Amino acid sequence: MKSEVILLGHGSGGRLSHDLLDNLILPILSGISQREQNDAAVLDAVSGRLAFTTDSYVVDPIFFPGGNIGDLAIHGTVNDLAMTGAAPLAISVGLIIEEGLAINELKTILESMRAAADATGVKIVTGDTKVVPRGKADKLFINTTGIGVIAEGVDISGSNAQPGDKILINGTIGDHGMAVLSSREGLQLESGIVTDSAPLNGLVKQLVLGLGSHLHTLRDPTRGGLATTLKEIALQSQVEITMQESALPVTPAVASACAILGLDPLFVANEGKLLAFVAAEAADQALAIMQCHEFGGQAAIIGDVIASANGKVRLHTAIGGLRAIEMLAGEQLPRIC
Amino acid sequence: MKHLNEYRDPELAGLQLQAIRQVVADGKRTMTFMEVCGTHTMAIYQQGLRSLMPEQIRLISGPGCPVCVTPVGYVDQAVALARRANTIIATFGDMVRVPGSSSSLQQEKARGATIKIVYSPLDAVALAERHPGTDVVFLGVGFETTAPTVAGAILTAARNKLTNFYVLCAHKTMPGPMAALAGDPELQVDGYLCPAHVSAIIGANAYLPLVEAYHVPCVVTGFEPLDVLQGVLMLARQVVAGVARVETQYRRVVKPQGNLKARALLDKVFVACDARWRGIGDIPGSGLQLRADFARFDAARQLPVAIEPPVEHPGCLCGEILKGKGSPHDCPLFRTICTPEDPVGACMVSSEGTCAAEYKYGT
Repeated sequence: MKSEVILLGHGSGGRLSHDLLDNLILPILSGISQREQNDAAVLDAVSGRLAFTTDSYVVDPIFFPGGNIGDLAIHGTVNDLAMTGAAPLAISVGLIIEEGLAINELKTILESMRAAADATGVKIVTGDTKVVPRGKADKLFINTTGIGVIAEGVDISGSNAQPGDKILINGTIGDHGMAVLSSREGLQLESGIVTDSAPLNGLVKQLVLGLGSHLHTLRDPTRGGLATTLKEIALQSQVEITMQESALPVTPAVASACAILGLDPLFVANEGKLLAFVAAEAADQALAIMQCHEFGGQAAIIGDVIASANGKVRLHTAIGGLRAIEMLAGEQLPRIC
Repeated sequence: MKHLNEYRDPELAGLQLQAIRQVVADGKRTMTFMEVCGTHTMAIYQQGLRSLMPEQIRLISGPGCPVCVTPVGYVDQAVALARRANTIIATFGDMVRVPGSSSSLQQEKARGATIKIVYSPLDAVALAERHPGTDVVFLGVGFETTAPTVAGAILTAARNKLTNFYVLCAHKTMPGPMAALAGDPELQVDGYLCPAHVSAIIGANAYLPLVEAYHVPCVVTGFEPLDVLQGVLMLARQVVAGVARVETQYRRVVKPQGNLKARALLDKVFVACDARWRGIGDIPGSGLQLRADFARFDAARQLPVAIEPPVEHPGCLCGEILKGKGSPHDCPLFRTICTPEDPVGACMVSSEGTCAAEYKYGT
């Protein structure tokens, strides 16, 4: 690579494009040689139902404490597959690069993607690269699409939450959103908060194996945070949910940063968390599985599902008050008063 | 965080509630206490405090959200400035979504205007330094908590001899509107939970004339749940005893004379002026305008623009809600055509607005 920054020509399809692909992207992401390249990846047939998902990543800034847009794009799509109980098989990577992005930044991001894929066991099998003129995108956008396979007998869905279920989360909330926010230009908040971005397929595999049909619903509370996800499930499953604020794991750093900015950690994004709705008799086992896992040390039982078809979510506050929880409306904005 | 948890202790909260119940138990009348601070509005909703109050106590929200009390004409002026060539509007986030008569800053941004969300007025000064050929207009909205930082930004701009930094000033001050509402016969306010941040600047003594003129109890109260419960208890005790005093619950922060440095800063840059409050109307001496020495930074004077005549949605009850006379549920637009995604009134925009808080947290 002669240039130190991405040029428009790197997306032209010509010589520069081949240079970028053959000398940077392919060796890092997939290791596919030039002789193996075709217009589409060919995958072996698998038995069972397939899970299929796509997500686009436009995070600003592209590097944030504890991660970058690359590993986030792998974790996010792997996690979406995992929330159906699927084991991830293959993933595609679409890169939309703004002219002028430093090649070494791109290299770091690609290496993070590969490391994240290797850690989850998913293969990056196909992709696409486009370059747009300066100002037409913000440094780098990534789309990842994933396919996974669901084992026979596994039935996990947002509409499966049942009255009597216990609700668990595998750790602290709000870390990703606050890590990104505190690293934004203009907000000089030295919080030390690190993203929780992590692949959850390993934890899901253990939950599926350990809990069987007692595991009813899984969902990762990403954008909109825990509150929005719980409300979605309450509506989808036509149940009522109650939560205990005092049981919610929040790090002191996140709680303090939220207090300073006037944000509510319940509505702040997570990228390495899952909510599990499990039958009451399996709740302790689910908690034990989570707490023994690398990404579940601070897991907790945070709420209950109640037999009422109203789709309401209520929170018992730490001091004993009761309040309703709605989906995130608009955008959480730092307060001015 | 340990410090924060101390103010959220459920056992202590239980004791406070028990004390409140005891105080109001003999009284036959209900008591209406108003808070006039957006952060109190949020804290009361977030902690579900209304659900804990005995039935004799009614907590209502007054004009404490700076975005909500800003009249629609100000938004129209900001929109008109945003349409100027070579202009950057720098603002705190909430203002972007407040609807004007026919547009909003959010809509102007989508059409190509340059609107930058900043977290400090000094960020707006930095923008002006980075874009010497462009006029940077900071939207100066907020009470005495925000105004000193804007004063500081103006002094910085003056020191750095900037000629392209302006403030569209709509700062407002307490306790003018509290006096206006205390004297309103339709609204029986039995006591004020006085704002915490504002009082840290203006001092608890600022409420003495209000108490004297209207015989209304005032308790300067902090934001944590135990602060609010203790503030309510102190107000209830005054009401039952038939006295009206200024008391400070939030003694760990608020001094009788306030923050003298911040007050001096305010006094150096601003002078009191009459101000229009959404829903309440004109209140003499309740606004801040730039002193003549700093008139060159005043966007209203230096950057004349044609402003459309102000039009508010006829069904919007923001005004009544800001006065504490109505609740969001009295408004026919609430949750139907006025939502946080598509707000009609400012009370639905700001996270501190009563309608937004009721939408998000109301049971």
